[in-house]
Amino acid sequence: MLKLDNIKTYYGNIQALKGVSLEISEGEIVTLIGANGAGKTTTLMSISGVVPPRSGEVLFEEKPIHRKAPNDIVALGICQVPEGRRIFPYLTVTENLDMGAFLRDDPAEVKADMEYTFELFPILAERRNQAGGTLSGGEQQMLAISRALMSRPRLLLLDEPSLGLAPLVVKRIFEIIRKINAESNTTIFLVEQNANLALKVAHRGYVMENGKITLTDTGANLLVNEDVKKAYLGI
Amino acid sequence: MLNVQELKKSVLTAIWFMFLTFPIMVIKVNTINQTVEWHWLRMLYVGVGAFALSFVWRYLIKRKEAGTRKEVEEGEGRVLLTQRLLQEPRLFRPIVALLALFLLIFPFVFSMYQTNIMTTALIYVVVGLGLNIVVGLAGLLDLGYVAFYAVGAYSYALLNLHFGLGFWTVLPIGAGLAFICGIILGFPVLRLRGDYLAIVTLGFGEIIRLVLENWNAFSKGPSGIANIPRPGLFGLDLSLHQSHIYIYYLMIAMAIFTIFAVKRLQNSRIGRAWIALREDEIACQAMGIDKTRTKLSAFALGATWAGMGGVMFAAKTTFINPASFTIWESIIILCVVVLGGMGSIVGVACGAAILILLPEYLRAFSEYRMLIFGVVLVMMMVFRPGGFISEVRQTYEFKGLKPSKN
Repeated sequence: MLKLDNIKTYYGNIQALKGVSLEISEGEIVTLIGANGAGKTTTLMSISGVVPPRSGEVLFEEKPIHRKAPNDIVALGICQVPEGRRIFPYLTVTENLDMGAFLRDDPAEVKADMEYTFELFPILAERRNQAGGTLSGGEQQMLAISRALMSRPRLLLLDEPSLGLAPLVVKRIFEIIRKINAESNTTIFLVEQNANLALKVAHRGYVMENGKITLTDTGANLLVNEDVKKAYLGI
Repeated sequence: MLNVQELKKSVLTAIWFMFLTFPIMVIKVNTINQTVEWHWLRMLYVGVGAFALSFVWRYLIKRKEAGTRKEVEEGEGRVLLTQRLLQEPRLFRPIVALLALFLLIFPFVFSMYQTNIMTTALIYVVVGLGLNIVVGLAGLLDLGYVAFYAVGAYSYALLNLHFGLGFWTVLPIGAGLAFICGIILGFPVLRLRGDYLAIVTLGFGEIIRLVLENWNAFSKGPSGIANIPRPGLFGLDLSLHQSHIYIYYLMIAMAIFTIFAVKRLQNSRIGRAWIALREDEIACQAMGIDKTRTKLSAFALGATWAGMGGVMFAAKTTFINPASFTIWESIIILCVVVLGGMGSIVGVACGAAILILLPEYLRAFSEYRMLIFGVVLVMMMVFRPGGFISEVRQTYEFKGLKPSKN
């Protein structure tokens, strides 16, 4: 579904990605783990077009998308949940969700999707007239994921959904991620620091170090891999 | 409320003020007799005054804190009086009707001078609503907004001078030129935000003013352009008085049109994109909103109204020169928006009325205008940071969506 071919991305003169290649097939949950500053978020930004790669190719269903503007990429069905949630603090929960459906033009189905997200996260339904900024961290993350779902993405890019959340909430969010993947066949690309949880949820995983992919395998295999254990799982 | 602690604080404030103002209030050098006079009584006045003021201040702060605490306790049930007025149609409609009636009969009841002031206020309503798009909705701080106002005014003056075009022809042209200028300014500042954006727009405003001031061949320089015709009414000959009334009604029509258009814009797709852009740019992009187009459209549409206001201004005053388009003017328009309530249409209209009408009626205090202005601004930011009438966004009810209990 998505293929990155030798991507090199720079911030000014600083090279963040030194030739990243990876592949995501339809219906998969793929995770990208790695230490701080390895280039995980940059990889996501390169896919979503916010920081376009300087060389290399991003292919979405065999078509190159790395020259497209971020809004065109969203229109293709790739939606990103940015790092640190980034919900609209002064808009209510419903308005936030509505923004997620910005590119859509079918009110009835948008409404149905909103009901679906409320089913996924009942707490959002309770708080739907509350301003986004007044939600707790976990609720904000739920809102951010729901908002992205409102665009009916075929590929959902999640950037550190566990960031700064309590372990119980993190567990709940990962359950939902698995549920979204299973129920609506949404392909999910998950960037995580919490390698343990991410690898448990994911079908396959990539390990990233200093702007390069160093290892790839199924989630289960990576979980027992000695190097991964030592470096990321702390066992 | 009246405990020793508060008293002590106020006394300290008073002493501090007495100390601060000591050199200017108490010591006076009499240069004729070469003696130093001591005005101790004045120090007492300062002390008492500062004490009283600090007490009032503390009281207001306390009340405000109590208010917010109550608000938190009562949850969402509590709405501000002004907002309730706006939302309750039973209250809102008569008020609008009364206001409309008042505005309609205004020129027949009051003098021409009053009508003129009102027209000026209405121009500021239109221009303020335009800036409200840029600052209030899209969250882009524009300090050079008056440049577009100047573009509108000068396009009428110059097109009339050289080509003899009338008011009605130039109104759309002036708006169009301002629109184009908005895009021209928008492009270089696409990447900028906050303070940087403010500085660049400030520079842009000054550039336009300096060009107008120095390019004599083009704009006749500081001496300005005089004898700009007033708008015509199907070729009728209007007396001065009549044409003032005519302009007044034109301005009312334009204000209504602006309010209508801005309201529609606000609730449209692009309006939502502006609000999202104001709140979070990265999230905005992640939602598939075209950042470039959204920003440019905010600048361009905001500028359009400034352009129309400018044409109107030139037609009303019949004389323009660069001195009417200084940075000060930008600040006033910005104050109209901020004081009135960013993003709120009614708020901006009230802000314009207050900021433009009050200084006219309070001419007796004109020496202290800036002082009062500053005090009001500071007080507003402390007690009503949302403006006189803060924004009430339209809320949509999704029927059939009930919070499920689990």
